[in-house]
Amino acid sequence: MSSNKNSETQSITQVIAASSLGTLIEWYDFYIFGSLAVIIGHQLFPSDAGASALINTLAIFAAGFIVRPFGAIVFGRLGDLVGRKYTFLLTLVLMGGSTFLIGLIPSYSSIGYAAPILVLILRLVQGLALGGEYGGAATYVAEHAPVGRRGFFTSWIQTTATGGLFLSLGIIVLTKNILGAENFADWGWRIPFLVSILLVGVSIYIRLKMHESPVFTKLKSEGKVSANPLKESFQKKANFKMVLLALFGATMGQGVVWYTGQFYAQSFLENTCKLDFNESRYILLWAIVLATPFFVVFGAWSDKIGRKWIMLVGMLLGVLTYRPIYQYFIDATNVKEFEKTSLKMTSEPVVTKTLIEGKKDSLLTVSTTKTLNDGMTFREISTTVITDDVLAPVEKKTAIADVTLSGNTYVMIIFLVFFQILLVTMVYGPIAAFLVELFPTQIRYTSMSLPYHIGNGVFGGLVPFIATLVASFPGSTPLSGLWYPIGIAALSFVIGAVYINNKGDENVMD
Amino acid sequence: MNALKKILGIVWVVLGPVIILFLIAQAMDKISLATTSIDRMNTSLQWGIIILIFIPICAGLMIFGLYSFKGEYDQLPGSSDDL
Repeated sequence: MSSNKNSETQSITQVIAASSLGTLIEWYDFYIFGSLAVIIGHQLFPSDAGASALINTLAIFAAGFIVRPFGAIVFGRLGDLVGRKYTFLLTLVLMGGSTFLIGLIPSYSSIGYAAPILVLILRLVQGLALGGEYGGAATYVAEHAPVGRRGFFTSWIQTTATGGLFLSLGIIVLTKNILGAENFADWGWRIPFLVSILLVGVSIYIRLKMHESPVFTKLKSEGKVSANPLKESFQKKANFKMVLLALFGATMGQGVVWYTGQFYAQSFLENTCKLDFNESRYILLWAIVLATPFFVVFGAWSDKIGRKWIMLVGMLLGVLTYRPIYQYFIDATNVKEFEKTSLKMTSEPVVTKTLIEGKKDSLLTVSTTKTLNDGMTFREISTTVITDDVLAPVEKKTAIADVTLSGNTYVMIIFLVFFQILLVTMVYGPIAAFLVELFPTQIRYTSMSLPYHIGNGVFGGLVPFIATLVASFPGSTPLSGLWYPIGIAALSFVIGAVYINNKGDENVMD
Repeated sequence: MNALKKILGIVWVVLGPVIILFLIAQAMDKISLATTSIDRMNTSLQWGIIILIFIPICAGLMIFGLYSFKGEYDQLPGSSDDL
């Protein structure tokens, strides 16, 4: 008995390891694009595009999310028809191939607008592949997991999204530190994309050795595989109403909490608070390392007390705390204000003069590094356009960049990002088990994938894009963008609290 | 709780079109504020994407509200056999 239990546990461990590795790599592939949005924006769009380059790059980034539900439908259907194993093997190949090719696309200066168009196409393939991957991996693990421990086992799959983000940030920071900022911005940003092909190769090898899900194999041997999973999922009212409930009562709120904590936080620190490139990424890396174990903690806890309230409390805490947290980010990095009372020293100015392309005018840039009493540093860059016309008004602009924090503020910001990721672990840790238990085996892959990817891909994936867009409106404040995730999480909390049962159907063999 | 689900059902049915109208109004406002033709094109594209995505989702919210109003969620299925 004991030996059987051991071999069963070992087999589940292998299933989790093999599934998680592939899913982690897919998330890595998907997230390097978002983590490099600013640099890619400069490479893909004209050099004078400014803020619209970032917004357009985020739009391409968001396009990958928007097609995820279509990937869920296409590959979900395939997974319910031919099996889980071969479907998520295919998604892995598509994801790895498109990521590798993004690393080879020439820049705007070489091929003009063909560059963003090609990247957009590859980004769409990435989105489709990811749409098919996650549902397959979660279903595969859940169908191997014993009753009463499904939350615990599937929570390992849930760690992969955060793990993939961690891996992408880690490889980006490592590559940048090895090559230097200039080489990295010029060509080194391609390396994280190219590295993907090696990671995918390893994962394909491992996945090829895996067996099909036992539940699906049984279903197939009994001839009970669904003839038309799409029709059964979305045209049968009893199923469709559960798809809608899963979307509006759980995955929609979960998606915005995920992307606010793990993407918007870093984007906000870098673009609004002007934190140094590495500093903002190190903060996220620390927060991820500290918070990731809680995916498993909340997944396992949901086996005992139910999935519903863990997820909903995570959403509610997000609604209540996002504005104070982001207000702290702004206050703690307001170096222009701190400079008035606690400036310790200013470096010698570095002056550069460059000719503006296509004009006779030139751009004078004066850069000084300032240090405050508490150890914070930042760079002040003033730019002036010099013209031949002595009567023309002098246009002078001053900007802040590369802010590095003092020890106490650094720790506090890590804690606040950690707290946001803790909320992510609450909403995300139990959700795979919750979704798997909501739908029957014949249509599980299709039915759970669609609400998951609309919730995460559309509602969540649009957080950086919509929040940045809203914050750029005339009259808005840097915190205005937060109304989007707050509003969606609040709506999902109300729907989840009123409509969802705390205990789902634990039998996934049906 | 079932009475609350019925009332909320009406709220979701109304909320769907209200969100779409709000997004369209915002889009028109922001497009009219754009000064250059490139800005106008970018703003139109961005809002076009947002509205296109949220129309089917809002339709889904209305269907969800309709089901809720009709009592479809009064008793959730206890097992897959009930689906």
